[in-house]
Amino acid sequence: MGFVTPDYGTLFWMVIVFGIVLVILKKFAWKPILKALKDRENSIANALSSADKARQEVKGLKADHERIIAEARREKEDMLKEANAIKEKLLIEAKGRAEVEGQKIIESARQQIETEKKAAIAEMKKQVAELSVLVAEKVIQKELKDKNAQETMVEDLLKDIKLK
Amino acid sequence: MKAQKSQQFAAFILFFLLTFSLASGTVFADDKANDHQNTVPTEKTFDPGEFVMHHVSDAFEWHIATFGETHVSIPLPIILHSENSGWHCFWSSKFHHGESTYKNFRIAHHGENAGKIEEVNEQGEVIGLPIDLSITKAVAGAMFSVVLLLWIFLSVAKRSQQNPDQAPRGIQNLVEPIILFIRDEVAKPAIGEHKYEKFMPFLLTLFFFILINNFMGLIPIFPFGANVTGNIAVTMVLALFTFSVTNLKANKHYWKEIYNPDVPWWLKFPIPLMPIVELSGVITKPFVLMVRLFANMMAGHMIVTVFISLIFIFAQLMGPVAGFAISPVSMAFSVFILLLDILVSFIQAYVFTLLSALYFGMANSEHH
Repeated sequence: MGFVTPDYGTLFWMVIVFGIVLVILKKFAWKPILKALKDRENSIANALSSADKARQEVKGLKADHERIIAEARREKEDMLKEANAIKEKLLIEAKGRAEVEGQKIIESARQQIETEKKAAIAEMKKQVAELSVLVAEKVIQKELKDKNAQETMVEDLLKDIKLK
Repeated sequence: MKAQKSQQFAAFILFFLLTFSLASGTVFADDKANDHQNTVPTEKTFDPGEFVMHHVSDAFEWHIATFGETHVSIPLPIILHSENSGWHCFWSSKFHHGESTYKNFRIAHHGENAGKIEEVNEQGEVIGLPIDLSITKAVAGAMFSVVLLLWIFLSVAKRSQQNPDQAPRGIQNLVEPIILFIRDEVAKPAIGEHKYEKFMPFLLTLFFFILINNFMGLIPIFPFGANVTGNIAVTMVLALFTFSVTNLKANKHYWKEIYNPDVPWWLKFPIPLMPIVELSGVITKPFVLMVRLFANMMAGHMIVTVFISLIFIFAQLMGPVAGFAISPVSMAFSVFILLLDILVSFIQAYVFTLLSALYFGMANSEHH
């Protein structure tokens, strides 16, 4: 067999053999294999894209969370600030009121003292007057008997008198 | 499961061997009784040319080994149609390794019909050549590869149908990347995203057929070792398939480019110069495919056998000691060439498939 001249018997058989293998593989091997490969590729692509979507969603949720937390924090701070302001105001108010009240009490006390003092002085004046009248009476009674005795008695009386 | 699979495979190989051996009745055909025609020369001289050609050429039987004068080979079916006596079908063992005549047929060793089966009359005169449709070594080798190919890919297909959404396992893991490579790196860029699908079955069959036959040719023991892709008839069939697919699936644009290309009018009229060039291109493309694969595989096999025959050349020229001394060198070279051939097997299968895909792409393009 010259090895560069194609042998027709081999040609004949090879056409049959290759034709058969082509038909069988096409129908029973390549179609299912290629289909399976494509399906698998699609399912992997789907899985990847849905994972990506889920990741995006999670990212959105996280942003939401952060926003809510920040809002809450800000609200809390606002509330604290407000409470502080109210406290300050209340304190100032209370202080002012207390001062006024105290002033008022002191004023009234002073007035009372004044009144009492006046009453006491008046009473004292009245008593002095009565005692004076009494002393004068007794002096007048003794004057009539003895001049010396009168003087001693006045002196004693004066000694006894104490301004109350 | 795995053990069962390998058992099945072993049983299958055994079956393949048995169908050949039992049907013929003789696996081991000894020749000692049949040297009535050729007188054996007292000292055989080693002919490297014949040795190399014997190993790379096609044959009517599958030679395994020779011990002294005893040839061990697997007989293959001979199918002949003679004008005188009609159809004949018998095992090649009837020829006793080409040395005897059976039913007036014999294998010619000399002359213009050397290597072919010729018909002779009772006097031993050649009366003609029968139509020879024998299953030769190359055809048998291709058949064996095809059975292997079908077994591999049908099992992969079955598995991928059964578990479509699971990760590939076993042999599926081995072939799927190659299938994806052919699809994504060869078919898609060469043919185009929208049209590649209808060519995929052909391209995949072509690639794996060439690849498996290239590899089988590198393994030297039966049932491997037939030089299938180094046979020009085989590569011619492959190229013819590419040629047919290219021209049958071609679009109008392709034919317009051949018969009425966009060139100045004087290149088409009065002498249709460009159409002739374009038409010859239609033929040369598959022709080049045929020759490239054939020459590459043939050369690889030849170089390996040449390096082996160096041992015997040296032994003959300078004695057995020289032959023994040169053997490590020639073995090292043979192993190197064999490793190179593994690379070449991949490259040639890839190149054949890629060029086929490019031709399909050209025959289906819309714009120039």
